[in-house]
Amino acid sequence: MSFVEYSEIIQEGDVVIIFQGHESMMPIKVQSGAQTQTRYGAIRHSSDLIGQRFGSKVTCSKGGWVYVLHPTPELWTVNLPHRTQILYTTDIANITLMLELKPGSVVCESGTGSGSLSHSIIRTIAPTGHLHTVEFHAQRAEKAMQEFKEHKVSHLVTVRNQDVCKDGFGITGIADAVFLDIPSPWEAITHAKSAMKRKGGRLCSFSPCIEQVQRTCEALLDHGFEEICTLEVLLRVHDVRAINLPLPDFGPEEGSADTPNTGNTSVICRTATPPREMAGHTGYLTFATKPRD
Amino acid sequence: MAESVNDSDAESRISFGDYVVLKRGDVFKSVQVENKKKVIFEKQWFFLDNAVGQLFGTRFEIEAGGSLKLKAAKHSGDSLDSKEAGQDNRHILDDGKSQKLTRDDIETLKEQGLKGQEIVQQLIDNSTTFKDKTEFAQEKYIKKKKKNHLRYDTLAQILTLGNIHAGSKILVFETCAGLVLGSVMERMGGFGSVIQMYPGGGPTRAGMESFGFPSHFHETLHEFPLCKVNALLAGTLDLSEKDADGNRRSESSQETSGVSEERSSEPQSMEVSVDPQEEMRRVERERLREQKAQEKKVKMEEKRKKLASAAALLEGRNADGLVIASRFHPCPVLMGLLKFIAPSRPFVVYCQYREPLIECYTKLREQGGAISLRLTDSWLRHYQVLPNRTHPVLLMSGGGGYLLSGTTVAADAAKTRNQQKSEEPVAKRLKLDEISSA
Repeated sequence: MSFVEYSEIIQEGDVVIIFQGHESMMPIKVQSGAQTQTRYGAIRHSSDLIGQRFGSKVTCSKGGWVYVLHPTPELWTVNLPHRTQILYTTDIANITLMLELKPGSVVCESGTGSGSLSHSIIRTIAPTGHLHTVEFHAQRAEKAMQEFKEHKVSHLVTVRNQDVCKDGFGITGIADAVFLDIPSPWEAITHAKSAMKRKGGRLCSFSPCIEQVQRTCEALLDHGFEEICTLEVLLRVHDVRAINLPLPDFGPEEGSADTPNTGNTSVICRTATPPREMAGHTGYLTFATKPRD
Repeated sequence: MAESVNDSDAESRISFGDYVVLKRGDVFKSVQVENKKKVIFEKQWFFLDNAVGQLFGTRFEIEAGGSLKLKAAKHSGDSLDSKEAGQDNRHILDDGKSQKLTRDDIETLKEQGLKGQEIVQQLIDNSTTFKDKTEFAQEKYIKKKKKNHLRYDTLAQILTLGNIHAGSKILVFETCAGLVLGSVMERMGGFGSVIQMYPGGGPTRAGMESFGFPSHFHETLHEFPLCKVNALLAGTLDLSEKDADGNRRSESSQETSGVSEERSSEPQSMEVSVDPQEEMRRVERERLREQKAQEKKVKMEEKRKKLASAAALLEGRNADGLVIASRFHPCPVLMGLLKFIAPSRPFVVYCQYREPLIECYTKLREQGGAISLRLTDSWLRHYQVLPNRTHPVLLMSGGGGYLLSGTTVAADAAKTRNQQKSEEPVAKRLKLDEISSA
């Protein structure tokens, strides 16, 4: 298992996702001899997990069952331990596309936070790219490094514990893309620019507040960035349900013989209802292009 | 441009055969750079020959006669040019007459009563790099009638929800002229394999050309016809070598060059031709016929080999992901192709409309084998960000189509929790219910 390569069989040391039901999952680390409690009973790692195929059903000690899934960055995003507010898949997907990330891309990111976006970037740029991620908070930087190692992706990422606004990303002239999710992104634009390749690159800044966006756009303009554009994307999840609609009884039809209406009194329809509230605002995404020097 | 040439720039220089993107203001077009070939863009005809050897991102003027001339580097600073949408690998054309408004112009127009939003609407585009690829690839390759409105934010979701990454084996079924296929291949980076399932005679990939993949990427791309899926699943797919007439070839006649033995069985003309010229013509016709037959044989063998290699990738039923984006009804496509996907792998189905996906959802619930089913669509809102003039500009909603995503699990007869428990002895079941409800 790794977050950048699928495997078929669960092995010792793997991180797997236990699926207990809709919206109920948890990550666990597979260890010989260990046990994990679920709502349906205990899972014994040695007998129930190691050697089993990813995606199989595992019966727990109380008789209920769960599925064991191969980790992906998307599953990780909804299951990781939060140290900070994180980015969710909807934003991550658009960031990935609009920064034109692909295998071989060299990307700079700050702050690392809880590593939600980091895992996604690493997955996309593997096996030939690299992520340089900067985290201001020492403990979070340490935890991120630990997780990357456990997820077998540490060869694709370098974590630096420093202040990106003062000290930059630790590299210059090699990045294809830069991502900023910090309180004052306008203070990091100079460093972002110097981190990027001479031939140019893409930048994205994520900010919850419009004032931050305004200052960032100004800074981007001042530094010669082009194609500056700000957007936000919201996901709507449709609830698929079967609904029961009663049918009216207009009484027996004129001219019809004998039997009164003994037909259906209701009909079942399959439909999908949008949620009552739109997904909440996460943040504004500002994209820009650094032209060739 | 008097820029010092750097070796590392070599890859950024335009060559004959490259696909480039012409950009003028908000308009983009994908074209191939060909020798002395006229291209039309924004109502102007010109040749791209003078672009060869220049760096991507260069600005040109169009001279009388249609040749390109380098334009002096512009200074991006305060100009609202920087707000225009653009494109990586862009080949910027600027004929000097384009109506780019500066900040002062805008102020003047505003004083004259034009609403800010109207002015800005012209200038600030909601394009992004992939969105541009989406639009002009569609424009160039899809007939207007069949336009499949795949918005770039929807495409973004497909690629990420599908966990498309290097080294995996992905099945793609699309009728977006190769746009989805190209995007998937770009995210695979030439690693792993992509199997394009296709309806009808052959796969359509015109839009894929615009991506300009290096040739080795094409080795990772396979194709397989839908009409042979059932045969493959049943194990009855015929992959043996055939002769030119489609008959199964026996091992003895494996010739691939020269006159085939079958040809020699053609009845010789018993008449002795008197006219030497006619004889020459007859011999020539014979030769051409043989050549055509030979070419046909080679082509069929190629086709057979491709089919066999795709079949080999599919029959393990262990693909890592499935992407469907077509005008076909998604339900049968999905149910048919899911059989090739390994357990614990993502799948994503795009449909312009919601109801067919509701059907898919329902079917999957009944049949089992999939979890975390989600029916979604995304809304995209752009913002104009200017000092004291910041506000939303454009809301794109609904038109982006819908996505059904999920994860495969080990195929098992669908059972609800209650049914599952009902298999157990009554006494034990009662106890379990007590524990579960605790």
